[in-house]
Amino acid sequence: MANYSTNEFKSGVKVMLEGDPCAMLEVEFVKPGKGQAFSRVKLRNLRTGRVWERTFKSGESLEGADVIELDMEYLYSDGEFWHFMLTDGSFEQYGADETAVGDCKLWLKEQVVYAVTLYNGAPLSVTPPNFVDLEVVETDPGLKGDTAQGGTKPATLSTGAVVNVPLFVNIGEVLKLDTRTGEYVSRAKG
Amino acid sequence: MSWRPSCQLAALRLRADILAATRCFFAERSVLEVETPLLSYSTATDLHLASVSAQVDLPHQQGSKQMFLQTSPEFAMKRLLAAGSGAIYQTTKSFRNGESGIRHNPEFTMLEWYRPGFSLSELMSEVADYLSVVAKLDKPDVITYQQAFLQYLNIDPHRADEQTLFQLAKQKTGISGDGLSRDDCLDLLLTHCIESKLGCEKPVFMIEYPASQASLANIKEIDGIKLAQRFELYANGLELANGYDELIDADEQLHRFKADNKARKLDGLPEIPIDHHLIEALKSGLIKCSGVALGMDRLQMVIQKTSSIDDVIAFPVGRA
Repeated sequence: MANYSTNEFKSGVKVMLEGDPCAMLEVEFVKPGKGQAFSRVKLRNLRTGRVWERTFKSGESLEGADVIELDMEYLYSDGEFWHFMLTDGSFEQYGADETAVGDCKLWLKEQVVYAVTLYNGAPLSVTPPNFVDLEVVETDPGLKGDTAQGGTKPATLSTGAVVNVPLFVNIGEVLKLDTRTGEYVSRAKG
Repeated sequence: MSWRPSCQLAALRLRADILAATRCFFAERSVLEVETPLLSYSTATDLHLASVSAQVDLPHQQGSKQMFLQTSPEFAMKRLLAAGSGAIYQTTKSFRNGESGIRHNPEFTMLEWYRPGFSLSELMSEVADYLSVVAKLDKPDVITYQQAFLQYLNIDPHRADEQTLFQLAKQKTGISGDGLSRDDCLDLLLTHCIESKLGCEKPVFMIEYPASQASLANIKEIDGIKLAQRFELYANGLELANGYDELIDADEQLHRFKADNKARKLDGLPEIPIDHHLIEALKSGLIKCSGVALGMDRLQMVIQKTSSIDDVIAFPVGRA
């Protein structure tokens, strides 16, 4: 991989830092009037998802990371790996392990397309679409006429995720969920 | 649509008002407006200032001459002072190579003025008047470099040893690698941990910088510590101006130029031809004076309450 020197830093550039692949989110040029110039960088550690802040002296360089993000359809899990397939017509499949799937596990639904980040050719992380539709498999019986009260109750979804839903929601209903906040949005349409 | 200006048209009108008010301010105080060259055969020697250089052809002369776009009009203005101009000011473009970002543009507008016979504190009070008249800003507070470091980082910037500063800089900024000088560490701590807090309620002058950061300012010793007699002005966490009790000693000036060039050589940077016109001017005699450079784009950022320099200039470098 190519090296990136500070004057090539910009958001989106993927580099190796402390052994982990990271994506630059924000790059700021910092310089006191007649002092040394620095690049202040916010990076997302693509392995852990954590955001790091680091500063580099002008002229320093970092090794690029062999990272690409591809759209893949979720197929099935065999208990050890979660299998995804490229949507580009190649039908190429990749197995992601538990760490790569991480919290996304709660939002995995067959035939839905996810953003899979490959590092050195293997899945490193999986990002769900912002919204997914999932079925309720368990919740207390729905209460009619209580829609205006705004009360909530827990509901278990087909993936095992537990979310707070309005009191009128029943088992078997399909709900639209926001995967970023893990919150109920509405009943799924159609 | 990058043919269009990056700023609103209202920003252009505000700039025109600031320039008009600036002319008015200095006219009332009988400070003479001057112009000095943007292109010069020599330029700033500071280790961390890079000039844009240009090859200039002149008739009846063999080969191109290397010239530099000025990082500030400082040298030429001091030559005018030595020639007896009296108090002078100018608003002019300055150029700093390699500087671009949310608060930097490689070409920017600087207001620079000199007051023969003024002490640094007299000049600071005139800067306060200027801010009040032109930008309706409050009279600035004053804080020493040492007080700022003690207040925000609980460390004495003059007495802490290099290792302690390095460890703190590393911890506070996540900087990688070694090879940071004492001043690099101080700069890092200043820009990352202190600057954004300076001048947020009202502007503030920071004074008494380490002597190693004197540049063209006089140095005096206070409590056994050598301090540069200069100030920087901050408003809303933004560095706006840099003022000096000006060095008028020709030998000391020549010594600093040479020391800068030595440091440049060590860093693998090109040496800068020393401005012998300035040295000669100082030798001929310059009375004690104070001078300040104020970034007009940054001042407008404070007035417009924006964090991006692109909001106050029509065509930043990306659209130039």
